[in-house]
Amino acid sequence: MQTVQPRSLSLRLPRVRPGGVLPILAILAVLLVLVGIRQPDFLAPPSLMSFLGRSAPIILLAAGQYFVIVSGEFDLSVGSLVTAQVVVAARLIDSDPARTWPVVLLLLAFGALVGLVNGLITTRLRVPSFITTLGMFLILVGAVYLWSDGAPKGGLSEEFRRFGRRAFEDVPVLGRVPFALVVLVVVAVAAVLLMRSDFGRTLVAVGDNPRTAELSGVRVWRTRTFAFILSGLAAAVAAILLGGYSGVSFQAGAGLEFGAITAVVLGGVALGGGRGAVVGAMLGALTLELLFALMNFYGVSGALRSTVQGAIILLAVAVSATRSSSR
Amino acid sequence: MRRSMAALAAVTLLSLAACSTDEPAAGPSGSASSAAGSGTGDQSKFFVQADYDAELALLDAAPTGPADKPWEQVLNPTMVDTAKFKKSGPHKICFSNAALNNPWRQVGFKTMQAEVEAQKSRIKEFVHVDAEGKDQKQIADINDLLGKGCDALIVSPNTTATLTPAVEAACKAGLPVVVFDRGVNTKCPVTFINPIGGYGFGHVGAEFVSQKMKPGGKVLALRILPGVDVLETRWSAAKVAFDKAKVDVVGVEFTDGDPAKTKKIVDDYIQRYGTIDGVWMDAGAVAVAAVEAFQDAGKPVPPMNGEDQLDFLKIWKDKKLTAIAPTYPTYQWRTPIIAALQILDGQQVSSPWKLPQPTVTQDNLDQYLDAGMPPLHYAMCGCTDLPGYPQRWK
Repeated sequence: MQTVQPRSLSLRLPRVRPGGVLPILAILAVLLVLVGIRQPDFLAPPSLMSFLGRSAPIILLAAGQYFVIVSGEFDLSVGSLVTAQVVVAARLIDSDPARTWPVVLLLLAFGALVGLVNGLITTRLRVPSFITTLGMFLILVGAVYLWSDGAPKGGLSEEFRRFGRRAFEDVPVLGRVPFALVVLVVVAVAAVLLMRSDFGRTLVAVGDNPRTAELSGVRVWRTRTFAFILSGLAAAVAAILLGGYSGVSFQAGAGLEFGAITAVVLGGVALGGGRGAVVGAMLGALTLELLFALMNFYGVSGALRSTVQGAIILLAVAVSATRSSSR
Repeated sequence: MRRSMAALAAVTLLSLAACSTDEPAAGPSGSASSAAGSGTGDQSKFFVQADYDAELALLDAAPTGPADKPWEQVLNPTMVDTAKFKKSGPHKICFSNAALNNPWRQVGFKTMQAEVEAQKSRIKEFVHVDAEGKDQKQIADINDLLGKGCDALIVSPNTTATLTPAVEAACKAGLPVVVFDRGVNTKCPVTFINPIGGYGFGHVGAEFVSQKMKPGGKVLALRILPGVDVLETRWSAAKVAFDKAKVDVVGVEFTDGDPAKTKKIVDDYIQRYGTIDGVWMDAGAVAVAAVEAFQDAGKPVPPMNGEDQLDFLKIWKDKKLTAIAPTYPTYQWRTPIIAALQILDGQQVSSPWKLPQPTVTQDNLDQYLDAGMPPLHYAMCGCTDLPGYPQRWK
């Protein structure tokens, strides 16, 4: 194995505040220019709005994942949670519009509950969160399969699906504003406010150095558990939007946990916790989606997406490792 | 500590990515729009010209058997003797099922269970084992069933080549074997039951799409997965039709039969090419997702094919689509039970047992629409006269 040379590497990296959103904004700008050259129509308001609407679920998941990662943990269960939620919603609604709202509330409660269980197992039983949430991932996949005999049943009502498919029509300048985008903006504002509150500061402090946080009177386990609950809630909202977008599917959430984590590290959030902004994580998700859109415009096979995600994760971990060792 | 955490995280994530993002290996997708009709790639190794010709001929053949019971009809029968399997009942019939992992199989299996119930005076026990879409499990399942005292064995193979030895082993055990739906590469079962087959399905859809779209337009072909004979032959017949019509096949993509993935793929193609002039698919379960991708992008829905799943028939009528639905009728799930009982009676059966494969067109669409049944139900279930209809299928 080669010895890394942190000093020379870090010299070549741009000098920016660690965890800031400037690098991701720069990448986003470059991608926008490239997209603009290749497919100028894409930047017109209607297609841009629709792109933002379609990207809303992964951006929400990135925000949820951010809370967990910045507190020093991981949530690998969100993808399977999204699938489970879509399958459960279809079976419970069974095409009956009257059941839409009760099921939406139930999904939110279910998401929060899964987050609570993940959080308590991680913090109270001291199971590393990769293992906890990987276990939850397998449990949910298996449970959904058992419950549904391996194929989706029932159907989603149009009322349910409008969150993911419909839009405010005839909006001045923008034309068509997807409901998903409105949901995203509301959640994004709430997330930013939350991170500016005392809870946000505590969350980052816990991720940066749990021992110090504990000694200064923070209940680390409670803070981290709350982060998992937020991730579960984000998955529930994402599931409502995704189920609405594509209908009943057994793979609605496949691979999303990976996409969300890639987005978070791309957004400058340190794996291991303590550094990075929630806006950065959400911009990371947007950048990732834009990168995939660009690959699509250039006719790059969809199979390469996972390769790109893998490369981003490796690069981000390498960069953060060289940074922390050169401190 | 943090560094090792990050490293562990990376390892976990990468391994997770490997199992959760099941994009197909770079296949013919994205092979672009260079020359007309060049996007269809090489012909499948499953393509057999003689079978193709025979199936296309069967599309016009007149079936023998009762007209109101297409699951008992046979196209061009060739009878085989079954006297050596004659046995007095009531019987124990065993069924090794590839999977129940899509609505087509769910509807089919319910139809089969109802047929068993209808024949309960002659069947004392019906054993069903679900292989959950795994070849290895199905091989073990068949092996287990051989020791369970079955009077007849029905097999719906998961994949063609891998399951062939298991079916051969079952034949050697001496009990009558009936294969249906997907085939195996051996003639040892007493009979192989299925409708006309993949070539017929693929051809009907591709002919329609290439005739209804503008000449030289862009077609997107959607396939479920490679390696299953009925699906491979659907695509290979479509390929022949598209190459002949010189349409521009801009993409051949695998969807895993999943609507979320399908909608994303179709949306990507609409974004990349501005619009798509025709959509062909090897199975209709994701047809509605494809329609929605065009609707949500604000584009007209191009000529396309689906299948007899009710959600597609409904959106076809409501949105006045230019569409066709070749079928692979779920009523074929009744036939293996009927065949097994006939074989145990020592009656001659046709081998292969080719069932008719009707097509839903604009003209007969209304007769297949049924607002009372759920969206994922299949119109050709042939189940309306069976015990428990309609609750069992809801």
